[in-house]
Amino acid sequence: MTSLPSGTAARNRNQEMMAFFIMAGLMVLAPLVAYPIFLMKALCFALFACAFNLLVGYVGLLSFGHAMFLGSAGYVASHAAKVWGLPTELAILAGTAAAAFVGFVVGILAIRRQGIYFSMTTLAFSQMVYFLAIELPFTHGEDGIQSVPRGKLLGMFDLSNEITLYFFVLAIFLGAFLLIRRIINSPFGEVLKAIRENERRAISLGYKVDQYKLAAFVLSATLAGLAGATKDIVFQLASLTDVHFAASGEVVLMTLLGGMGTLFGPVVGAFIIIASENYLSRFGDWVTIIQGMIFVVCVLAFRKGIIGVLAEKLGISL
Amino acid sequence: MQIFGISTQALFGQLLIGLINGSFYAMLSLGLAVIFGMLNIVNFAHGALYMMGAFCAYFLLHFFGLNYWWALLLAPLIVGSLGMVLQRFLLQRIADLDHIYGLLLTFGFALIIQGLFRQQFGSSGLPYPIPPELSGARNLGFMVLPNYRAWVIVFSLVVCLVTWYAIERTKLGAYLRAATENPTMVRAFGINVPRMITLTYGFGVGLAALAGVLAAPIYNVSPQMGAELIIVVFAVVVIGGMGSIMGSIVTGFGLGIVEGLTKVFYPEASNTIVFVIMAIVLFIRPSGLFGRSL
Repeated sequence: MTSLPSGTAARNRNQEMMAFFIMAGLMVLAPLVAYPIFLMKALCFALFACAFNLLVGYVGLLSFGHAMFLGSAGYVASHAAKVWGLPTELAILAGTAAAAFVGFVVGILAIRRQGIYFSMTTLAFSQMVYFLAIELPFTHGEDGIQSVPRGKLLGMFDLSNEITLYFFVLAIFLGAFLLIRRIINSPFGEVLKAIRENERRAISLGYKVDQYKLAAFVLSATLAGLAGATKDIVFQLASLTDVHFAASGEVVLMTLLGGMGTLFGPVVGAFIIIASENYLSRFGDWVTIIQGMIFVVCVLAFRKGIIGVLAEKLGISL
Repeated sequence: MQIFGISTQALFGQLLIGLINGSFYAMLSLGLAVIFGMLNIVNFAHGALYMMGAFCAYFLLHFFGLNYWWALLLAPLIVGSLGMVLQRFLLQRIADLDHIYGLLLTFGFALIIQGLFRQQFGSSGLPYPIPPELSGARNLGFMVLPNYRAWVIVFSLVVCLVTWYAIERTKLGAYLRAATENPTMVRAFGINVPRMITLTYGFGVGLAALAGVLAAPIYNVSPQMGAELIIVVFAVVVIGGMGSIMGSIVTGFGLGIVEGLTKVFYPEASNTIVFVIMAIVLFIRPSGLFGRSL
């Protein structure tokens, strides 16, 4: 983007905030028409996709292994809630911190390669985390960690009530969404976009590109972990599905369909994919086939994604 | 007989399995390297096409009565042709875009192909017999060597070396390497580069299918057989670097052997050892053992 007149930037921000309030309003009303459990699953994946998008959309790094953060945070949060008996909010924080740690370790190594190698590296590391999840004793292998207690929020609100739980999850989602928006619009975010557009130029301007990339990677991993920890508290289950690379593929699909590098795209993509999985689940393997077809169509003809195209048509920033 | 407190039968047995896996790693990463060199695409569908090679052998046997030897010839041609169609009509369109789109598109291919086969044949494996000429085993004194496994190792080694020779030492290979460096210049010399690109993709895919035929009698034929393998092969590619043909071959076989030895000495780590090595290589030599910096 070349230098916008400051009025335009301000208008863009206003449009984004208006869109945000519309989205938040819809989500508050959503339990009137849809099952809370379905909505919570969609919200968790929406957060997961937003975290993933922070990396692919704004730094240009395509991670093919983001499930490792979703899954490992889920395992740690579930273990903390069930075995250590931590209160729910601390269990979620513990899971998120675990994902941040995994993100830091993997990030240091993965950002040493660019482009396509970065994708392959993250995929390989996530497969390693998957094998560890099978073999480590505390994850209980194929069984996973079952009947994780939902507990009480701050010792006051009983989260076994689905509506209470829904608004708790919604609050986490909206807070994280605003945080991501804040990161993208900050000076830090501008440097990230500069790295995406022209890494060598950014280096020549004196930015320590690797540090910026690592910071973005850890942030993305942490937020993906927040999604995973919350999801496992909702479903009261931590299982291998969340560390499997199919989950990494799914989040790529959600973001691609909704629009890479758009603020709202991953949310829309996540809701569409989760809803379609719900309705198509009885057709078994056709879900995979249809998802493959969406990939092919999006890459060949629809690279901007739903929100990307919508924003272009309306001439606004979303 | 024992070495380091481990019976030679166990040691050489695992070493053999390691070499077998290594020959599949080598053939698949070789194909990935050749394709990446020409098309700048990391072919995520490689595992799915390897699986199709195995299924091709199964169909040829059950519907046309064509035995293993025919499959060895026909399956790479059939799957390779399919690959060329995919390249000509779909991959061609994204040639000028960022590399990640190639990865995403071929990932879509992999999902569709694997989904269709699972839909049709379920997740369990279908048996494929070892050809009668290669059944049985011979006793080498320190271990019993099944003939078919020896054949797989020798045959894939020959295929890899022939490919290396063709690319590094023949005129056709010289065109190929030149087109990798500077396609516009090679076109200016009157060489049909787009056709060469299509044929290269077909060749790489054919190698994957050939590996699939070789694998069929060992692992059975199942829709998921390539899904996990491709991830390990990606790690192999990151370790070796895609810049060198010989590098892919050596890294493939080498990692197979290391994996086999890990199974003997520290079995808990046998699934993760390749990834651990990848982490170490990334730390010490980020461009890969044989790679050029990218």
